[in-house]
Amino acid sequence: MNFPILTTILLLPLIGAIISIFVPKEKSNIIRGIAGLTTFISLILTIFIYYLYYTRYMLTGGYAFTESIPWVADLGVTYGLGVDGFSLPLVLLTNVIGFCAVYSRSWSEEKRAKEFYILLLILITGVMGTFLATDLFIFFLFYEVVVIPIYLMVIIWGSGSKTRTDIGKEYAGMKLTIYLLIGSAFLLAGLIWMYVLAGDMLGAPTFDLATLATLDFAPNLQIAIFGLMALGFLSLISMFPFHSWSPDGYAGAPTAVSMIHAGVLKKIGGYGLIRIGIFLFPLGAKFWAPVIAVLAIGNVVYTALISLAQKDMKYVVGYSSVSHMGFVLIGIASLSLIGLNGAVANMFAHGIMAALFFSIIGYIYGITRTRYIPDLGGLAHQMPRLAGTFLVAAMASAGLPGLLTFVPEFTIFIGAFDSPVTKIPAFIVLTGIVIGAVYVLRMAANVLFGPRKKEWDYVEDIKGFSLLPIAVLVAFAVIFGLFPSLLMDMVNSGIEPIAAKLLAAGFQIGGSL
Amino acid sequence: MDINVTYLALEILTSLLAVLVLLLGLLVPKEKRHALGYVLAAGLVVVLVLSFQYYGLNETVIFGTFTVDDFAVFFKQVFLIAAVLVILSSTMYVQKMNGNYEFYIITVVALLGMMVLVSAADMLTLYIALETMTISFYILAGYKTDQKSSEAGMKYLILGAVSSAVFLYGLSLVYGMTGTTVIAEIAGKVQDLSTLSPALVFGLLLVLAGLGFKISLVPFQMWTPDVYEGAPTPVTTFLATGSKAASFAIMARILLVALPDYSAHWQFLVAVLAASSMIIGNLVAIPQTNIKRMLAYSSIGQAGYIITGILALNVAGVTALSFYSLVYVLATIAAFVVVMTFSAQTGSDEIKDYAGLSQRSPFMAAVLTISMLSMAGIPPLAGFAGKLYLFKSIVAQGYLWLVILGLVMSMVSVYYYLLVAKVMYLSEPLDNTSIKVPPGAKFTLLLTMIALLVFGVYPQPISVLANLAGSALLP
Repeated sequence: MNFPILTTILLLPLIGAIISIFVPKEKSNIIRGIAGLTTFISLILTIFIYYLYYTRYMLTGGYAFTESIPWVADLGVTYGLGVDGFSLPLVLLTNVIGFCAVYSRSWSEEKRAKEFYILLLILITGVMGTFLATDLFIFFLFYEVVVIPIYLMVIIWGSGSKTRTDIGKEYAGMKLTIYLLIGSAFLLAGLIWMYVLAGDMLGAPTFDLATLATLDFAPNLQIAIFGLMALGFLSLISMFPFHSWSPDGYAGAPTAVSMIHAGVLKKIGGYGLIRIGIFLFPLGAKFWAPVIAVLAIGNVVYTALISLAQKDMKYVVGYSSVSHMGFVLIGIASLSLIGLNGAVANMFAHGIMAALFFSIIGYIYGITRTRYIPDLGGLAHQMPRLAGTFLVAAMASAGLPGLLTFVPEFTIFIGAFDSPVTKIPAFIVLTGIVIGAVYVLRMAANVLFGPRKKEWDYVEDIKGFSLLPIAVLVAFAVIFGLFPSLLMDMVNSGIEPIAAKLLAAGFQIGGSL
Repeated sequence: MDINVTYLALEILTSLLAVLVLLLGLLVPKEKRHALGYVLAAGLVVVLVLSFQYYGLNETVIFGTFTVDDFAVFFKQVFLIAAVLVILSSTMYVQKMNGNYEFYIITVVALLGMMVLVSAADMLTLYIALETMTISFYILAGYKTDQKSSEAGMKYLILGAVSSAVFLYGLSLVYGMTGTTVIAEIAGKVQDLSTLSPALVFGLLLVLAGLGFKISLVPFQMWTPDVYEGAPTPVTTFLATGSKAASFAIMARILLVALPDYSAHWQFLVAVLAASSMIIGNLVAIPQTNIKRMLAYSSIGQAGYIITGILALNVAGVTALSFYSLVYVLATIAAFVVVMTFSAQTGSDEIKDYAGLSQRSPFMAAVLTISMLSMAGIPPLAGFAGKLYLFKSIVAQGYLWLVILGLVMSMVSVYYYLLVAKVMYLSEPLDNTSIKVPPGAKFTLLLTMIALLVFGVYPQPISVLANLAGSALLP
């Protein structure tokens, strides 16, 4: 039997959490060390399998490093893990951000540090599990595991905003939780429905994704089930008009949670939509794609305009992340190989970029105790290193060539212009890129540049362990920017079978999609 | 049709145990009598272990009045587990009552009622067992001598007596139309009836109302919050777990074994009862400030989920009902034992007094959170597996609307559960004294917490037994 490397990667953070339970709570440095070490090993192992997959398995495609243990016989559950070109980048993303989140400054985690790191490690395991699972029961298990730790982390270690005094961290945490849970209720209803139907068609119940993908569900059922599931996934990826939890939640959450939530957790929505929704219900996807495309315009343009008006840095990034998800949704709605490639790659790119932003803002807030843009200004004088990384994040957000966000966005538009459904929305969405550049550059200008402000002379530039997460994230942004094929080829190998299924479904109903 | 005592051995042992402990108590000084709980619990554990021998028998004895099928055995184990855990956790309570150890004895008598109840194959046996259980609970509910407890006992007595009368009248109508009291024979007689019998439908309606009261389904739920709040917490725990699980079991037996041919008439009613219980229970729980009342309303919602298992009309549905009953019992015991321990030391059941419990007793806070999240059906806890079993069994019958409603209402329930979690984890404690958990309660909490976690990730052990139970009821 092969070494269960995916289980190792998956369970390492959880083992870290369990060890931490037995460490006295005063020793917060040791607990942080455990969290850092376990996530670091997971990260290294993930990079290793990424390399292995890229060199060995990518040409043939399909799942690799699979593990499968029969789990619950009468439900047809197997403990199945595996990675392919689609999930592996997202697993990598989870581990990068997980590791960086441990060392990012979450201003008040010094208070009750033990609980903080335990919940954080559970959260990282949960997010990773959804990407690794090849069994839908296991997928859903991890999908909901993450919600409760996030709630506790937001209400205990979160912070209110100066611009929105009516929205406290407790309100933000509850809003985020309820939105995601109600969404997941519809998702679960769809899952159960599909599971029962599939059980009848196959004669034996199963949650195995590959087996389910061989079935052809009736068109009207596909439409209904895709609709139910999409309600869950789309509220997680914060599609307009189900997005309002997202900026409030990110603003209220501590840095580590904002990083993981905006960076990876949200991407589970896109991942599920493609991996489960489109893969199993191509006809349902075709039915709903125009709706998604039109609502995506709301994401990109409407929230970009809101973002222009924000004065709190976290709200700017929060709304910008909703806006960026609009691009992903356009790519998904195009239902073409190229568009889907772009969407997945953009999820990865945005994850790195958003995590970088939140990590930097976390540092600034931790040291200045403010995120209010008019209070800040001229910070480049006191913090040249931080200012440099801030600019990298800003340029990445604006989609500058040479950084990792450029190629994915470009690919999305190539795919979108090619598809009749998304052609017009894609044109409208182009304006979003311009607005996106405006709000992010204006924020950079107002925070970093301008005359030196005396009150910030005491702040120290970023260094040591605080610099570590930011340096790692910048490195990823640059490497994947300069060598986009590292990402794009990988994603392409994972999306191809899904696109092939779409194509087959197109022929089946006698027309192209 | 012989009288073979071995089939009754579990019940006989249980009653002997009660008598033995009653006599032992006379030899023990008052201040030490609470320790008899450990003796009793140990004895019941022996009965529980023995009960595994009874799987696979599937026999009906004593002139067709008493059946030992896997369904009955499964539920007997559920009651035994509930009774053991309740008795273990209530030693502190008995100690405070000056060694009034009769509490233990009446609890065991109630347990005996439940055990006979699920085995009853005849309507008369069933009714007698039901009354044994209920009358014990009338006494237990008013066990404390304060006003609230007396009020709870009185309220439960009056409403309980009315509902028993309604139930009995329903049974007598069923007997009148079919001419038999043997549950398994009723179905055959119903088939012989050439036309739809209005009197039988009316009887069915009354039976449902009587059971609805015991299970506290909306609209028969009004006694629940008051009795749960007023009764001593150990009693509430047993009432909310054992008594309810027993009523689920006989509801399944009567509807699915005796009256499957009238399913067209009762299916819709049961669906409406389930839906209204889910909605009202979960929504009214939100504004509650007393944790016992909150849990009472949440248990009304839980009952709504559980009876959906009957709607499936098949083995999968009964399996799910049995599975979820056990999970519900474990989660409810965990929650109420925390409440019991907390109020024994602080004298309060108000949610606001739970402030900072995570610092005063991290263990209790964790158990309460986990048990509530299990009730809400959040994975990886056992409640999630239970809901999956339940809802998958009824989707095939076209109850998708009920599934969606149930899932959305579960998520609504997360809201009020998280409000409690917020108070425990976020608010500063009112005083910094740590709360000690007595050994019996600690064992209960630890066991239920581990069970909820393990069976959520790996439900196989329970599902195998539940499957036996389901297959036995609907061969």
